[in-house]
Amino acid sequence: MTLLDLANPTRFLTLTSRLLPWLAGLTLVLLLIGLYQSAMAPDDYQQGATVKIMFIHVPNAWLSMFVWGVMSLAALGTLVWRHPLADVAAKAAAPIGACFTFLALATGSLWGRPMWGTYWEWDARLTSVLILFLMYLGLIALWRAVEDPSRAARAAAVLTLVGAINLPIIKFSVDWWNTLHQPASVLRLGGPTLDRAFLIPLLIMALAFSLLFLTLHLAAMRNEILRRRVRALQLKQASQSP
Amino acid sequence: MTALSLGPYAPFIVSSYLLVTVVVAILIAWITIDYRRQKQRLRELDAAGVVRRSGRSATEFK
Repeated sequence: MTLLDLANPTRFLTLTSRLLPWLAGLTLVLLLIGLYQSAMAPDDYQQGATVKIMFIHVPNAWLSMFVWGVMSLAALGTLVWRHPLADVAAKAAAPIGACFTFLALATGSLWGRPMWGTYWEWDARLTSVLILFLMYLGLIALWRAVEDPSRAARAAAVLTLVGAINLPIIKFSVDWWNTLHQPASVLRLGGPTLDRAFLIPLLIMALAFSLLFLTLHLAAMRNEILRRRVRALQLKQASQSP
Repeated sequence: MTALSLGPYAPFIVSSYLLVTVVVAILIAWITIDYRRQKQRLRELDAAGVVRRSGRSATEFK
């Protein structure tokens, strides 16, 4: 099967129905391993046991940006190549990305209270991630507000690409501004600064959450394809009725 | 490896993990319910005799 074959929604549905059970199983196994490793990780000499929050906060924070990146590629697919599945992919990813972003903000806040003494601080990293969350909500609202799917797809694609400007701002906010949020400690030049005892559970959890995203995204894309099929058939039914 | 001991910050750690569990569970439930709803609508359209442009049944998911 070539990549071009996947442009056919029916073939995509066939592949998805075969892949989903395996992906879901693999995600569950990795999540269980990651949770066990996280539970057994030692306390940090500064953060104490709150370092365990990092094992769920960091994967959600990474995915909040990664999902917007996926949506940006899909937006290019909609505007440049008019790929039939591009808008389906972007629309299906948005609610999942919004959930990951909400969880990054909420778990960060729950970590911040004991470590920083506050749930929230209007610093560059936190504020730019909050803006990302609001952009996700705005995109979801746009798709729901415009009835014609092709018009909604183009408008959402433009908004997604404009919103992608926020991704480097989030990534480098800790370097460009004096923020309360700590600088990058894993994805940085010179390698991670984390001890293996923390790095391994973190990477396993990141992989597990990435697979969770892939599983949920494929399932949500399948739903969106079926929703569009329902809409097309309902329009056909309405046009046939006397 | 050390045994699981959360110390004085246990409420913050437990709340974080519970929140992630609840939100992910809601997401999975929403996607599952949505899939069943779309399949149900397609079955209803199929029962009403509406077929796809290709002539295939509305309920042909795969």
